[in-house]
Amino acid sequence: MSKPKLALYWAASCGGCEIAVVRLYAKILDVAEIFDIVLWPCIMDFKYKDVEALPDKSIDLCLFNGAIRNSEQEYMAHLLRAKSKALVAFGTCAYTGGIPGLANVANREIIFRRVYDETPSTSNAEGVRPQLSYQVPEGELTLPKFYDTVRTLAQVVPVEYFIPGCPPVKEQVEAVIQAVVEGKLPAPGSVVGASDKTVCDNCTRIREEKRIRSFYRPWEIIPDSSRCLLEQGIICAGPATRGGCGAPCLSVNMPCRGCYGPPPNVTDQGGKLLSALASIIDSQDPAEIERVVDAIPDVLGTCYLFGLPASLLGRVRLEGNALPAREAVETAKAL
Amino acid sequence: MAESKNDVRIGVYVCHCGSNIAGTVDVDDLTSFAQQQGSVAVARNYKFMCSEPGQALIKKDIEELGLNRVVVASCSPRMHEPTFRRVCEDANLNPYQLDMCNIREQCSWVHKSGATGKAKALVSAAISRAYYLQPLERREVLVTPAVLVVGGGIAGIQAALKVAEAGHKVYLVEREPSIGGHMIQLDKTFPTLDCSACILTPKMAAVKAHPDIELMTYSEVVDVQGYVGNFRVTIRRKPRYVDESLCTGCGICQEKCPWKADSEFDCGLGQRKAIYTPFPQAVPNVPVIDPEHCVYIQKEGKCGACLKFCERGAIDFTQKEKMVDVEVGAIIVATGYDLMDPSAISRLGYKRFPNVITSMEFERLCNATGPTGGHITIDGKEPKSVAIIHCVGSRDEKYHTYCSRVCCMYALKFAHLIGEKIEGAQVYQFYIDMRCYGKGFEEFYQRASSEAVNFVRGRPAQVTDFAMTPEEKGKLVVVCENTLVGRPVRVPVDMVILCPAMEPRADAKEVARRFNLSQSADGFLLEKHAKLDPVATANDGVFIVGCVQGPKDIPDTVAQGLAGAAEALALIEKGRVELEAATAFVNEAACSGCKICVSLCPYSAITFSETEKLSHINEALCKGCGVCVAACPAGAIVGRHFTDQQILAEVAALLVDTRPATVAV
Amino acid sequence: MVVPSNNWEPTIVGFLCNWCAYQGADLAGTSRMTYAPNVRIVRVMCTGRIDPTFVLKAFQSGADGVIVAGCHPGDCHYSEGNYKTIRRVTLLRKLLSQMGIDPERFRLEWVSAGEGAKWAQIADEMSAAIKAKGPLAWWETLKEA
Repeated sequence: MSKPKLALYWAASCGGCEIAVVRLYAKILDVAEIFDIVLWPCIMDFKYKDVEALPDKSIDLCLFNGAIRNSEQEYMAHLLRAKSKALVAFGTCAYTGGIPGLANVANREIIFRRVYDETPSTSNAEGVRPQLSYQVPEGELTLPKFYDTVRTLAQVVPVEYFIPGCPPVKEQVEAVIQAVVEGKLPAPGSVVGASDKTVCDNCTRIREEKRIRSFYRPWEIIPDSSRCLLEQGIICAGPATRGGCGAPCLSVNMPCRGCYGPPPNVTDQGGKLLSALASIIDSQDPAEIERVVDAIPDVLGTCYLFGLPASLLGRVRLEGNALPAREAVETAKAL
Repeated sequence: MAESKNDVRIGVYVCHCGSNIAGTVDVDDLTSFAQQQGSVAVARNYKFMCSEPGQALIKKDIEELGLNRVVVASCSPRMHEPTFRRVCEDANLNPYQLDMCNIREQCSWVHKSGATGKAKALVSAAISRAYYLQPLERREVLVTPAVLVVGGGIAGIQAALKVAEAGHKVYLVEREPSIGGHMIQLDKTFPTLDCSACILTPKMAAVKAHPDIELMTYSEVVDVQGYVGNFRVTIRRKPRYVDESLCTGCGICQEKCPWKADSEFDCGLGQRKAIYTPFPQAVPNVPVIDPEHCVYIQKEGKCGACLKFCERGAIDFTQKEKMVDVEVGAIIVATGYDLMDPSAISRLGYKRFPNVITSMEFERLCNATGPTGGHITIDGKEPKSVAIIHCVGSRDEKYHTYCSRVCCMYALKFAHLIGEKIEGAQVYQFYIDMRCYGKGFEEFYQRASSEAVNFVRGRPAQVTDFAMTPEEKGKLVVVCENTLVGRPVRVPVDMVILCPAMEPRADAKEVARRFNLSQSADGFLLEKHAKLDPVATANDGVFIVGCVQGPKDIPDTVAQGLAGAAEALALIEKGRVELEAATAFVNEAACSGCKICVSLCPYSAITFSETEKLSHINEALCKGCGVCVAACPAGAIVGRHFTDQQILAEVAALLVDTRPATVAV
Repeated sequence: MVVPSNNWEPTIVGFLCNWCAYQGADLAGTSRMTYAPNVRIVRVMCTGRIDPTFVLKAFQSGADGVIVAGCHPGDCHYSEGNYKTIRRVTLLRKLLSQMGIDPERFRLEWVSAGEGAKWAQIADEMSAAIKAKGPLAWWETLKEA
């Protein structure tokens, strides 16, 4: 009886999800025992053509991390979809777009201009830009097409399961692998490796009353480590974020940033977070409300840090190839 | 029994509403469009969907086609949602599985073109929402069998008497020291020329005497909590400094009090004492001490004449204001009107000339209990000629565009009274139209015409004391164009009576807020329906009667007072009231105890259980506003009948014709 | 940049509260006022029910403009719902401008039950203003250049 096949792939990602798997420590050997790994670019030497040679639906489980931001990643998403029985969006980038998803405030031209022309240490008088195709004596060299818009895995191909987390916490990765081995996965389309409540359910801080007179950045005050951070004015996305991570950020006095994505009954995580934050501002005076809200320099970044591609609007509308004038930039300069 | 996707069967009914809708919207096109939408089992149109045959059509389809959702595209849901909900109920379909689509007030009546296209989008949205509608449970609570009447004018008095007659408890709260309102200030009333006090004081006495009416004068409503059938009202009882239980109304305190102030009752034309009853027939006949003019209060114990002379020891300067809570099932707001201050219209000379007075001031002059003992005199002089200027501030784009309804009639009444009291007096009526529409009014007008009253059709440009001829010396001259003759006239008179507009009270906005009512564009309080529901309001259980709802005369005020009593009694007799079904509830599997919702509810319907780490919503207190639903970051609070799923589907369908078919939203 | 055809008309979604704005819009109807047909109304019981997500959904689904209309501050039928609306709209505006949506495409207005004329005027003004701006056509944003 041949072993079940396992593939792991990284698209637009930071590598943290690879580490999340490696953090199984000794258990990784068990994984290698149980599964026949057929693709793992970070760790092992299989080539794309090895995957192309496999029959369709022959990979039992594919853990796909990273968002889709270029044509190679899109190609691999389609390839692995065809070859896999269960395609899993592993980690926040694949699930909701993650940090790479923030590139949706820009487009290819803006990014290339920055990278290839404008950074302080760039010297590119010839204006060299990456080419899709380049002829050399040895033949044709190609580079993937860099897209304007970052997408989630499910926006490109159908996906069976989603494991949120940036990265998914060790205990949850173990639990998911265990569930796969035991054949105990829920209905396709589900989020696994997480709870159905929010981060507040994991957080042990004391909650009293939510009335905000001012918002603070985490460095502006030294928060009481036993009390709810939001009640102290520090924006915590915990109430609008799926739980199951154990709230590790809260235990080191940092607010939740929302990496586990929206709770089960929420369509647009950023919209809900925005609604909740605004609702508890303790004022009925428009001018005062304006003042309180001005303390949040980057509302988009606050609300959609990990989920811009998965949000209802998906990306920023640009006029031409210019980043919109951002209050964030001005405020940052002022500070 | 759970419904599967395929089990949703929607019936769509497009109403022509005669030509109101069908004249602008292509109802056949709309109907066939509706028929093509997903899950629509049948789509029909009919001339008048709300009529008996129209309703029967829907009922039949529900029964025979097994419909489990109904969409009616017709007038505003504010018009007929209850009607069609009843149709559903009669056909054993839960009334909350009905969705109404407004293609009349917000479509056919307002758009000359584009109405059909918009109607299609609206129907599409209604169908999408209807798909997700769920049956809702209706619950009932008992009605407290007591009524609060706010305002002790004729409207409030009449309402209170009728409710008490039916054997139910009434709390009658009046701001002034006595009930009677403005009517008790009047001399005679049109068209019968009854003495106002003579017809009103028996009713006032009846109020005092009735065992079921608890009269609280010199008191104000400060807070209203609860909902229809179950209101809890806080009333501030201002200190009279006179013990009501000891006072016999002998009046010696008023006689002996050395301190005077302008009499509000006499419109400042006369004076009263610092301890006073506003008028002799006051109910209750217990004076109040005006702290601003009472030297004992102002100068810490100096004076004390009333203390000395009161044989019953009823004066009590230690009294403090008291807050009283009452529980009632219905509230009748009868707070009345104010007359506009015509000094804003300076060209008419009010406050500049002492013999330019308002109609209410004239009533006081005319009245036997007034400052001149019923003699029409200014500074002791009797006018031989009087001008009465109609529509001062009414029918005027600069002030109030509405007509104040009563002035034409009382102007005629004044002419009659002046003719009676002053031999040979000439009266000039400066009018725009003579509005004498009521029972006996036209006859009264005919009498006035035959009593040698001069009518000048025109709006006076000014009232001046600048004499241009010898006859005008020492008189006031009304300068006006007589539009029927087409020539300007200058009419010298000894006195000018202005008919100022009837206005909402100065604190109408606050009253509206206190009772959670709306104001019409003119500032009076808003009734539920101008024709068919004139005393009910959008706030169930709160009724508005009398001039608080708009200018009207005494017969109409009394009729409304009785109507308000009928409404309140209907509520009490039914004994039960239905709670709002479209309330919010917490999905306990999703609530993570963040507490964001807890401080948001204005009805304190949300409580938090520390043991369960969950929020709870009290469905008897919840009004279904949805604030908590929108705020909950976990999506754990569900707003029945307005769920996220229903609204998002509605929005997506509303815009289906604006985007390419390939775009998924 | 989306170039509209000559016949293009903007579509504006209006979220109106049942007690004030919706009634005001009804009054414009009973008074037979005429105004532009570009605003399509979604009725909610209170503007306090309006989740910013609804506004985002409207733009995503094809709206060229969105208006939220409710009772004047202090007059909310449910006491304070419209104050919550002010709070949410203030924060939402910042997000919309960061998303590249022209702030004039989103309006918050107070319309009482007696202000039929005001509703008609708002509908006309906003329709004309958005027509001048052109379509938003949000789905174009997601297209690759």
